[in-house]
Amino acid sequence: MLDGIESESTNKTTMIEINDLHKSYKMGSNSLHVLKGLNFSIKEGELVAIMGSSGSGKSTLLNILGMLDEADTGDYTLDNVPIKNLNETKAAKYRNKFLGFVFQSFNLINYKSAMENVALPLYYQKVPRKEREEKALKYLGQVGLREWATHLPNELSGGQKQRVAIARAMAAEPKVLLADEPTGALDSKTSYEVMDLIQKINDDGNTILVVTHEEDIAHMCKRIVHLKDGVIVEDKKVKQVRAAQYV
Amino acid sequence: MFSRDNWKEIFETIQKNKLRTFLSGFTVALGILIFVVLFGFGNGLINTFDEFFGDDATNVFFIFPGRTTMPYKGYKSNRQIEFDNSDLADIEKNFPLFLEYSSPRIFRQDTVKYKNESNSYQTIGVGPAHQFSEMTIIMKGRYLNKLDIKNKTKNAVIGRLVEQDLFGAKNAIGKYIDIAGSAFKVIGVFQDDGGDREERAVFLPYTTRQLIEKNTDKIGQIVVGFKPQIGYAGAMAFEKSLDKFIREKKYISPQDQNGLFIRNVADQLKQNQQFARVLQIIVGFVAFGTIIAGIIGISNIMVFVVKERTKELGIRKALGATPKSVIGTILLESVFITTISGFVGMLLGIAILSSMGEKLKDFFITNPYIDMPMAIIATVILIIFGAIAGYVPARRAARIKPIVALRDE
Repeated sequence: MLDGIESESTNKTTMIEINDLHKSYKMGSNSLHVLKGLNFSIKEGELVAIMGSSGSGKSTLLNILGMLDEADTGDYTLDNVPIKNLNETKAAKYRNKFLGFVFQSFNLINYKSAMENVALPLYYQKVPRKEREEKALKYLGQVGLREWATHLPNELSGGQKQRVAIARAMAAEPKVLLADEPTGALDSKTSYEVMDLIQKINDDGNTILVVTHEEDIAHMCKRIVHLKDGVIVEDKKVKQVRAAQYV
Repeated sequence: MFSRDNWKEIFETIQKNKLRTFLSGFTVALGILIFVVLFGFGNGLINTFDEFFGDDATNVFFIFPGRTTMPYKGYKSNRQIEFDNSDLADIEKNFPLFLEYSSPRIFRQDTVKYKNESNSYQTIGVGPAHQFSEMTIIMKGRYLNKLDIKNKTKNAVIGRLVEQDLFGAKNAIGKYIDIAGSAFKVIGVFQDDGGDREERAVFLPYTTRQLIEKNTDKIGQIVVGFKPQIGYAGAMAFEKSLDKFIREKKYISPQDQNGLFIRNVADQLKQNQQFARVLQIIVGFVAFGTIIAGIIGISNIMVFVVKERTKELGIRKALGATPKSVIGTILLESVFITTISGFVGMLLGIAILSSMGEKLKDFFITNPYIDMPMAIIATVILIIFGAIAGYVPARRAARIKPIVALRDE
């Protein structure tokens, strides 16, 4: 499986394509140029780490890819759909249809049970309730938390919360999974468990983007994009380190 | 927007955020409750007012003799004016167009005895028409009639409380009571909405009273009932000509303020109605203020609710909630809570009002009530404004970029 990287990325269709992406923030009178013309593409089934120190623009990039924010100039194509001039409603629909989010702080809704959290994106897809619950249970099972389905987030450990969040991101069956420092709030053992899960999801053919500043986490991906001061300084394929060996 | 699934989502949110639900529900319920109770108390106040002034006929003049303060046509000042039977007859003869009825009133205070019970009561010598001017209600027996006046019978009509005092639970009709040393037969028992004082009185034929007092023909006051159809203007004109007529007959100077008094209830009625209207305006103002306070309360709660939910809404947006669905969720939730709690508050208020009845009579509040349409309109207004108050922060929340909302802690 590990030696299949080359052929995998050439045969598959392009999932994300960005061209000369610029983004600056207005800070009072002067503006801060955060992204200075980024170009790259991600093919279906890739597991890409975006690395960089804080202030390198990696979170901004992820937010733009996640349609949580908009680029000033440049093109962004997601699964052959140009993402441009989106109003809130359209952005919400695209997010729901194309993207799954995993956040550093989990962002589960604290008054909803694990299953209800997982089922929430399906609610916005107008999936009937019964089907929603079935699907939510299925994805909770995939992250190994089926028996925790009725528990509230505050009854779960950090690792469990993140696994629920991953199940929620996967429940909508998105084209791309975006993870913003998914292990940032976890200890290393739990981090590896989460990365193991992410790798397994990737093994099933899902495209995943992970933003991280941790070297070891980045090396558990198949490709590392290094950002520094708003430009890509390095974009290399790496030999994936399987997280399972540490678990 | 109104699918069953949506409602389920809203119910779950409400169920799982009990404090928030309670806070907003409580504000609305309390607002409506206070509104209903205050408004009802206002109406109770008006009721009491009506009762105070509404127990007597309104198409009545009371004519009181006075003491002159000016010499006139050879008569000296400081002369006590007295009415007698001829005055009554003259008034009846001269104003047939205006006059509906008339009756003299001779007030005395007498000891009234029955067997061992005795008490001092006001006795009033009157004619049959007096029943109409005082709106006396006969409970049993009958009122004085023309024959009683003509034959100067020793018949008496006693008040409900007089019967209670002297006879206890027994029936007074047909019994003989002693009034100032003369035996009178009780022919009727009356009640009056004017209160206890008016029910502790005894009516006698005025002719009998005159006979007892050495066959005099003097009468104390004259009560004149005019035809209601002559209206307010007619009543004022009638009062004027009546005044002129009596002054001429009794040689009282037209300028003399004290020789003759005519109390015109029609005039008073108009004042009373104005007073009642002012009361109603005050009540309306207070009610309006309560509703405004309620609206402000619910607006505050809504701002708080949206603020509290900012992060949750950010998560929902990241997961694909459209701005419309964010606004819809918040609004439906708030309208649902305000509707339920608004009507609960309203019904509670109505229940409180109807349980009051006469209990607050000491505070001049009688039978407080609120008419249903008024209560419902107020509740609906609060719900609508609650929705508007919720819409503004909800729209703002829907516009927040999810990335900003997610950062909110």
